[in-house]
Amino acid sequence: MGNEHSPAILVLEDGTAYYGQSVGASGERAFELVFNTSMTGYQEILTDPSYAGQGVVMTYPQIGNYGVCLEDDESDRCWADAMIMREMSPLASNYRAEMTLGAYLQQRDVLGIEGIDTRDLTLKLRDQGALRAVLSTEFFDVAALTEMAKGHPSLEGRDLAANVTCKSSYQWDESLPGFGKPGADSPHLVCFDFGVKRNILRCLVACGFRVTVVPASTSAADVLALQPDALFLSNGPGDPAAVTYAHESVRTLVEGGLATFGICLGHQILAHAFGAKTYKMKFGHHGANHPVVESNVGKIDITTQNHSFAVDIDSLKKSGLVTTHVNGNDGTLAGMEHSSLPVFSVQYHPEAAPGPHDSQHLFQRFFHLVQANKKPVA
Amino acid sequence: MPKRTDLDSILVIGSGPIIIGQACEFDYSGTQAIKALKEDGYRIVLVNSNPATIMTDPELADATYVEPITPEFVEKIIAKERPDAILPTLGGQTALNTALALHENGVLEKYDVEMIGARADVIYKAEDRDKFRKAMDKIGLNSAPSRIARTLTEAKDAVKEMGMPCVIRPAFTMGGSGGGIAFNQEEFETIAARGIRLSPVGEILIEQSLIGWKEFEMEVMRDHEDNCVIVCSIENLDPMGVHTGDSITVAPAQTLTDREFQRMRDASFAIMREIGVETGGSNVQFAVNPSNGDLIVIEMNPRVSRSSALASKATGFPIAKFAAKLAVGYTLDEIQNDITKKTPACFEPSIDYVVTKMPRFAFEKFPMSDSTLGTQMKSVGETMAIGRTFEESFQKALRGLEVGRTGFSGKKRDFAADELAYKLARPAPGRLFAIYDAFVQRYNVMEVARLTGIDPWFLAFLERLAQTDVEMDQHNFADVTADQLRTWKQRGFSDVRIAQALGCGEIELRKKRQDMGVNVGYRLVDTCAGEFAAATPYLYSSYDFTRDEVAPLEGKKVVILGGGPNRIGQGIEFDYCCVHASLALREMGIKSIMVNSNPETVSTDFDISDRLYFEPLTTEDVLAICEREKPDGVIVQFGGQTPLNLASSLADAGVPIMGTPVEAIDRAEDRGRFSEMLDKLGLLAPPNGMATNTEEALAAAHRIGFPVLVRPSYVLGGRAMEIIYDARDLERYMKETVVASAERPVLIDRFLEDAIEVDVDCVCDGKRVVVCAVMEHIEEAGIHSGDSTCVIPPISLSDSLVQQICDSTRAMALELGVIGLMNVQLAVRGETLYVLEVNPRASRTVPYVAKATGVAYARIATQVMAGQSLDELGVEEIVSPQHMAVKAPAFPFAKFPGARADLGPEMRSTGEVMGIDKDFSMAMAKASSAAGRTLPTEGKVFLTVKDADKRSVVMVARQLTSLGFSLVATDGTYKVLQRHGLECERINKVHEGRPHVVDLIKNREVTLIINTPLGKVTRYDDGMIRSESYQANIPCLTTMSAAMAAVEGIQALKLGAGDVCSLQEYYATSAVNPISVGV
Repeated sequence: MGNEHSPAILVLEDGTAYYGQSVGASGERAFELVFNTSMTGYQEILTDPSYAGQGVVMTYPQIGNYGVCLEDDESDRCWADAMIMREMSPLASNYRAEMTLGAYLQQRDVLGIEGIDTRDLTLKLRDQGALRAVLSTEFFDVAALTEMAKGHPSLEGRDLAANVTCKSSYQWDESLPGFGKPGADSPHLVCFDFGVKRNILRCLVACGFRVTVVPASTSAADVLALQPDALFLSNGPGDPAAVTYAHESVRTLVEGGLATFGICLGHQILAHAFGAKTYKMKFGHHGANHPVVESNVGKIDITTQNHSFAVDIDSLKKSGLVTTHVNGNDGTLAGMEHSSLPVFSVQYHPEAAPGPHDSQHLFQRFFHLVQANKKPVA
Repeated sequence: MPKRTDLDSILVIGSGPIIIGQACEFDYSGTQAIKALKEDGYRIVLVNSNPATIMTDPELADATYVEPITPEFVEKIIAKERPDAILPTLGGQTALNTALALHENGVLEKYDVEMIGARADVIYKAEDRDKFRKAMDKIGLNSAPSRIARTLTEAKDAVKEMGMPCVIRPAFTMGGSGGGIAFNQEEFETIAARGIRLSPVGEILIEQSLIGWKEFEMEVMRDHEDNCVIVCSIENLDPMGVHTGDSITVAPAQTLTDREFQRMRDASFAIMREIGVETGGSNVQFAVNPSNGDLIVIEMNPRVSRSSALASKATGFPIAKFAAKLAVGYTLDEIQNDITKKTPACFEPSIDYVVTKMPRFAFEKFPMSDSTLGTQMKSVGETMAIGRTFEESFQKALRGLEVGRTGFSGKKRDFAADELAYKLARPAPGRLFAIYDAFVQRYNVMEVARLTGIDPWFLAFLERLAQTDVEMDQHNFADVTADQLRTWKQRGFSDVRIAQALGCGEIELRKKRQDMGVNVGYRLVDTCAGEFAAATPYLYSSYDFTRDEVAPLEGKKVVILGGGPNRIGQGIEFDYCCVHASLALREMGIKSIMVNSNPETVSTDFDISDRLYFEPLTTEDVLAICEREKPDGVIVQFGGQTPLNLASSLADAGVPIMGTPVEAIDRAEDRGRFSEMLDKLGLLAPPNGMATNTEEALAAAHRIGFPVLVRPSYVLGGRAMEIIYDARDLERYMKETVVASAERPVLIDRFLEDAIEVDVDCVCDGKRVVVCAVMEHIEEAGIHSGDSTCVIPPISLSDSLVQQICDSTRAMALELGVIGLMNVQLAVRGETLYVLEVNPRASRTVPYVAKATGVAYARIATQVMAGQSLDELGVEEIVSPQHMAVKAPAFPFAKFPGARADLGPEMRSTGEVMGIDKDFSMAMAKASSAAGRTLPTEGKVFLTVKDADKRSVVMVARQLTSLGFSLVATDGTYKVLQRHGLECERINKVHEGRPHVVDLIKNREVTLIINTPLGKVTRYDDGMIRSESYQANIPCLTTMSAAMAAVEGIQALKLGAGDVCSLQEYYATSAVNPISVGV
């Protein structure tokens, strides 16, 4: 087990510097820092498009233990700008592992730093809120790096979905292991790709949809031309308020009576489509242990969450949307539905990957909603 | 849904004496549960025969029964108390099995008692191997191929299918009792026969071995709304084949991908649901094939366990407390997370550190027994350590084990390849250091992984530690840099080890390190990896540290040093004292700071103290805490020998030691100074001497006269203590058993054959002494006090002798300047009193005395140490309680086949029970039952007594005959009985040819043994008899007073006597004014 890494530095916008060793790609990058409390799933996190524009502090101190297995990728590349770790395993210990995390970070051009007091950093983010930062493996002038961090645009007001969405539409037919594939007569679902994770698509296929994925900017008319039975609004990065084009098209589609399910950014965009508001949270929710309480049922699911923005509960008034789920930790909105339209959404991640499978039943629930909503053939 | 209102009173069953596989974790669980249920207004009835528990403190439950946990006695309690419900999931396998027995014999139905926490059918489904396997099949989970057998023939049949090696698991036992791994037919037959015998239902499971697979545990909770959470995942460093209690384990799981982890999580919930555990905590064990990820369910325990206690301490999530709340109807979202005080308990803890648990073994106490680890648990205790990285955590655990290791370093032994391979492949306590040697010899990770079956991830770190350890030796004190020191400290190396490598002293190194700014910091255990602010001060140290998270406590504060991992001679009794110290301090408005490394205990519950430091008990770790907190005092006299051994180095560093001065400890331990004191006070000690080598030992022994009692100084639990009858034996002892030195000489005492031993506990404020209790031993002298049965008040000592004992005790306490507790051991021979030993600290008997008398002396001692006088506290001596309280030991011999089970001066019991009743005979009978050796009411009694007892044996034999017993005796005793017209069979002694006494016992032809030993020759026979009686679980009485008491007890049992009575009732009728302090 060697120790021959080159130095790296992480500088926050408030001028705090953390020194460590570079264990990923080389270079210099600015991003917004968030901490994630998942103890497993670093690879899924790196490849989740929702992390675009962010550097992720892993609170668990031993990362990379089981290496990397490419079939666990949640998209075709890494989106997080950097991974900040206490210690990265130089060895990959798992029968499925294809490479070490270090090799993967280099290959996928993600900055990595280890030897950081990640707990200290986490407490700082908790107390001060999400901070902008620069990670550099080449340049160690703290004052200059601080300026660079300060100059980095905040997530607020930024449409990052445009950066991560697919260039053109495509069919998806991979299912979850052990589940079948849809037939030609299966209901057709169109998925807006704001940064969709593969496991969402697998879950949709597994519960019986034929899935077409379309770019974020696709117009309502183009979606309707695909003759969908259902609409899905995916997760993704950035400020939901900034994705105005999607607010428009989604409003048209849902008001047309199309059964709709949204996750994370999709959920937030849905809120905007109905005139509700979103706001940026202090440090958001990033982890795999958040309790979500389903109102009027009392049942709790442990969920994966990854969001820095949230829908303002109070703004739901007059929007036609009603609260269905709240976050058990802090009472923020975790799920909503429309009082008359076949529309519901959640702030968290029923597709898991990484995280618990407790809320995967929501996909099934959506499928039933679509079937009930499907106009009987005349 | 809020709590149930249709229940009013709940019976909680404890787990009885500390035995291997069932230790103080159940006191921790039970205490938490009782507190939680009382908080909700339920009336709690408790039964637990173990007086050393916090849960049996009279302030805790509403009615506390220190009675045997047998269906018969628990039925009496139910009939008397008429509880609405019984909660059997917090007292280990003992409670579960007792509750099932009461369900089966219709008692629960008869008295309309509902089983809460787990229903009977659920327990059957989880515990019955066949039912469990079928349930797993139903939900599509794999279990190891296996077959059930109830006879040896069935077993032999089954093994043909399974092949070797195979695992034998007896049904309904705990700690893998009676089970094992068989590699050949001979082993198989031995283990299978033993397993069938030890299973309460006579059933074993023969299972294909999964040796070498990775082993994981999941701690699961479920409420009646079907909300499920995983509290903690645990990965065993030792692969399958070693009992999880004997494995080094790490939390959280390290080598599972998220996919694999979630699959295991889903499986855990599916198992909870299928087995039908509606509420509470369970533990599920899995095996994973490292080469293809195949998942196999090993077993589940539908109750809290040792692992759940570990998980609670590892995460800050109090499983037992919540399990109790869920059992009475709450749901997880209705319970608050104790640590954040804001978020609900319905979540899964995320941790940002690594936890390592290491088992502590006691093979040195059981010579001849095989130290290979297998599926039957053999460890007697454990330590847990928290570090930011695996390396830091692992090294802290190693030094927390208190086995003389300063960390992952060794002698760099140069083994031949085949010898090293053998040492690596055989799971045994020292295997870690063979791994160290292998890495020093440049073995690579994959080679070591192949030989040990340990995951390469762990080994990669062990390799780096070994390399760093070797590299440290290349440096010297003068030129070591701050960066080097920081790296070593972050990898968990202790100051002692670094100082040794650099060739300097520990103090010197500490100073240089601190001057260089390489300092330790403290971090919070907060259940949420820093996401929310934590309100509960539960801390661990780390060198991965940028700024302090919590300021030192304000106001007057005292540090209490705990006892570290349980071991024989130092266990729950000392933890009891530490807990009481903490409670007493808080009551006085003094902040209490607990330092301990034992995850099983009540003292490491973060509720008990104002601040908990979960840290190893070494000078370095304790001093760092003292330097930071700057306490007004440190209590070292409650945690047993561990803190006492630290006392002088702490005092030297300027830490204020509370109570009895350190100097008094030396005066009591140092032979010469001790004799001077006795002379001054006009007290007698048995003739004695000291020796630093064999010649001196022989000279001393000849001067004193054989037999002699020999032992090293400064030990607890009679380690390496022996009775020696001749010079040859003494030479062997000096050569083989001990390493004597000028600082640590061997102590040699005349052994007083045929004397009565007495223990006394007292509390002293420097001016006045209060004798807490005088305890008379029932066994003959020469048996360690921890292994003796004893009684409060004395039964055969005259009032004047008791007075003399009390006066001598007082004189010694005052002379030594004791502030706090002191224990004295004395021997009475005729009318002469000898002082054997004085310990100026809390003794093992403090909780027993408290339960017998109703006075919490540990609390009084704490108040005294804090400066209050006994007069101010109004503490008076209790002349004589109105009831008899007998303490009896519980032994682990059944777990160590091959080891001699004769009792002697070296302590070997793991725990104790108390029998309490208005008369002595019934108290004896209860104690015997509670310790698992129920007195028989029929059958054949075997008698063999020394000449002095030949007269009194006649009376005992006559009574036994009239009670319907038949008799069998060895020649001498046989002749005496014949002469007195008693019908009796004769049996050979061992040297007289076969069949002999041992055959008799092995064949279980007798139900009771009366054997009073004397002298060396018979001592051998007697030892065999005693060993075999423990293996066969036949009560064996070794003194005539015990025999007479037992006969009376049998009489009482036959008459159906043996009423149950709660401690609260005893105390109310005693002339005692219990010092009541709420827990």
